[in-house]
Amino acid sequence: MIEAKNICKRFADREVLSGIDLDIRPGMIFGLLGPSGAGKTTLIKIITGQLVFESGEVKVFGKNVADLTGEDKRQIGIMMDDHGVYDRMSCADNLKIFADIFGVPYSNIAKTLKEVGLEDAAKKPAMKLSKGMRARLRLARVLMVSPKLLFLDEPTSGLDPMTMRYIHKLIMEQKEKGCTIFLTTHNMEEASVLCDEVALLNEGKIIERGAPEDVCRRYNHQRKILIHLTTGEDIELAHDTYSAGKISSLMEQGTVETIHSSEPSLETVFIELTGRRLESEEEVKYA
Amino acid sequence: MRNVVTIVKKQLKDTLKNKTVLIQFVMFPVLTLIFEHAINIPDMPELFFAKLFSVMYMGMAPLTAVAAIISEEKEKNTLRVLMMANVKPWEYLIGVGIYVWTICMVGAGVIATSFPAKDIPFYLAVMAAGFIISIAVGACVGIFAPNQMVSTSMVLPVMLVFSFAPMLAMFNDKIEKIARIFYTQQIRILLNNMTFDGIKPESFAIVAVNALLAIILFFAAFRKKGLE
Ligand SMILES: Nc1ncnc2c1ncn2[C@@H]1O[C@H](COP(=O)(O)OP(=O)(O)O)[C@@H](O)[C@H]1O
Ligand SMILES: [Mg+2]
Repeated sequence: MIEAKNICKRFADREVLSGIDLDIRPGMIFGLLGPSGAGKTTLIKIITGQLVFESGEVKVFGKNVADLTGEDKRQIGIMMDDHGVYDRMSCADNLKIFADIFGVPYSNIAKTLKEVGLEDAAKKPAMKLSKGMRARLRLARVLMVSPKLLFLDEPTSGLDPMTMRYIHKLIMEQKEKGCTIFLTTHNMEEASVLCDEVALLNEGKIIERGAPEDVCRRYNHQRKILIHLTTGEDIELAHDTYSAGKISSLMEQGTVETIHSSEPSLETVFIELTGRRLESEEEVKYA
Repeated sequence: MRNVVTIVKKQLKDTLKNKTVLIQFVMFPVLTLIFEHAINIPDMPELFFAKLFSVMYMGMAPLTAVAAIISEEKEKNTLRVLMMANVKPWEYLIGVGIYVWTICMVGAGVIATSFPAKDIPFYLAVMAAGFIISIAVGACVGIFAPNQMVSTSMVLPVMLVFSFAPMLAMFNDKIEKIARIFYTQQIRILLNNMTFDGIKPESFAIVAVNALLAIILFFAAFRKKGLE
C-alpha cells in the first residue's frame, strides 16, 4: 500500500528525516510514534506529496506520488493536525463542500454525521462546537468519501479520554471496512490498542518497529516484580527462580502489602532507547 | 469546473454570516440610495453621490473582500484542506473572483436604480470592468498576506489610494493630475460622460494599463507564492 525507501528530508541545514524505510500492507493500522518534533508530520507530508524531499523513494498504491491520478487521490483521506473547518458554516454545510468536490451523494452527509455522533449538531455552526466535536467533524470530512487509505496526523491529540475512545472506535470501524490507516501519535497506549504495527521515530530515525506486542517482547528484560512491604519499603525483583523463593519467604513473613508485575510497554521501550519520554510532562498531567 | 462552482456556492452560503465582508458589499449601495433620495443640495451636479460612491465602492469592496476571504482561509488552514482535496489553486481563485464580482454587480445594480434607464447599460459595463481590476489587486494581497492581520494592513493603503483619489481630485488640481493614472479616477471620468461614444482614448488606455498591471502582478504573485 505504502512503500518508502531511504527517505531523507532537510529543512535549511537541519536533517529532519534520515533514511526512513516503510512497508505498509493493505488493511493494517500503522502507527508512527514519536515525541513532538520527531518528524511525524513531515513524513506524512512527504508520503502524501505535500512536500518535496531530497532523496529516497515513496510509492503509494504502487505508484510514485507524482503519478497518482485524481481517482487515486479520491481514495486517500488525509487529516493533518492543523487542518481547519469553516467556522461560520454548520457541520452539514462543511461536509457539503467536500461532498461537492468529491462527487459524493448528499445522503452520505447525514450518514457520516451520525457515524461520528454529530447528528444533533448538523445545523450548528462549527465555531460553536466543543474541541472533541470539532475533531469528530474533521474526521467526518475524511470518512465521508469512504477512503481506502487514511492518513491521520495526531487524531486524538489534546482530546478528552471519552472523545479519544470514540475516535478509536471510529478508526477500528474503518479498519473493519478494509481501510488501511497510517496514524501518528505520541500516545503509546493509543498505539498499543489500535495498531497492528508501529514504528518508533526519534530525531528523524526509526529506532524500533514491529507489532506492539513483539516490540515489547523484545524488551522482556524490563519485566519486573514490584513489591510494597508493610514496612513501607519497595523492592524490585527480576522475573526468575531466585525471585520466586524470595517472594514466598516474604509472603510467609506476612510483610507483603501489594505485589505487581511490570511488563515492558511501548513507553518504557522508548525510554530505554532514547532516555526520554514520548509525551512531555504537561501532556501527561492533562491526559 | 465543478470545483469552481463549489467554491462559489460555499462563498454564497457564507455571505450573510460573514459580517466583515458583507458590510463591504452593502455599505456604498445603501449610502448611495440614502444620499440620492434623501439629500438635495442645490447646484449639486446630477447624480453626484451615485457616481462618486460607485468608484469608491469599486476601489474598496472587491479588493477588501477578496483579500479577506483568501487570507482567512490561509489563517484558519481551510485552504490547505481544499488543495488537498485536489482543488486547483486557479479553480479556487476563479471561484472567489466570480463570487465577489457577482455580488459587487448586484451592489452596482442597486446603485444603478438611481440612474436614468438609458444610462444603466453603460454604467454596468464600466463597473463590471473596474471590478475585475480590483479583484485582481485584492487577489495579489490575498496571495502575499499569510494571515488576516497582514492582509488588512496591506489592503488599507491600496484601497485608500484607489477609492479616495477620485474624491480628493475634485478639490485639488495637483492631486487630480496624479489621480488620473488610477483606473478609479478614469472610471469616474467615464461615468461623468456616461456614453460609449464619449470614451476618450486616454481613459481607455489608462484603464487598460491598470488592468494589465493588475493582471501581470497577479500572475507574478501567484507564480512566486502560489497559495501556500
Ligand atoms: N516548514 C518547515 N521549515 C523548517 N523546519 C520545519 C518545517 N516543518 C517542520 N520543521 C521542523 O522539522 C521537525 C519535525 O517537525 P514535524 O514533522 O512537524 O514533527 P512532529 O509532527 O513529529 O511533531 C521540527 O523540528 C520542526 O521544527
Ligand atoms: Mg506533527
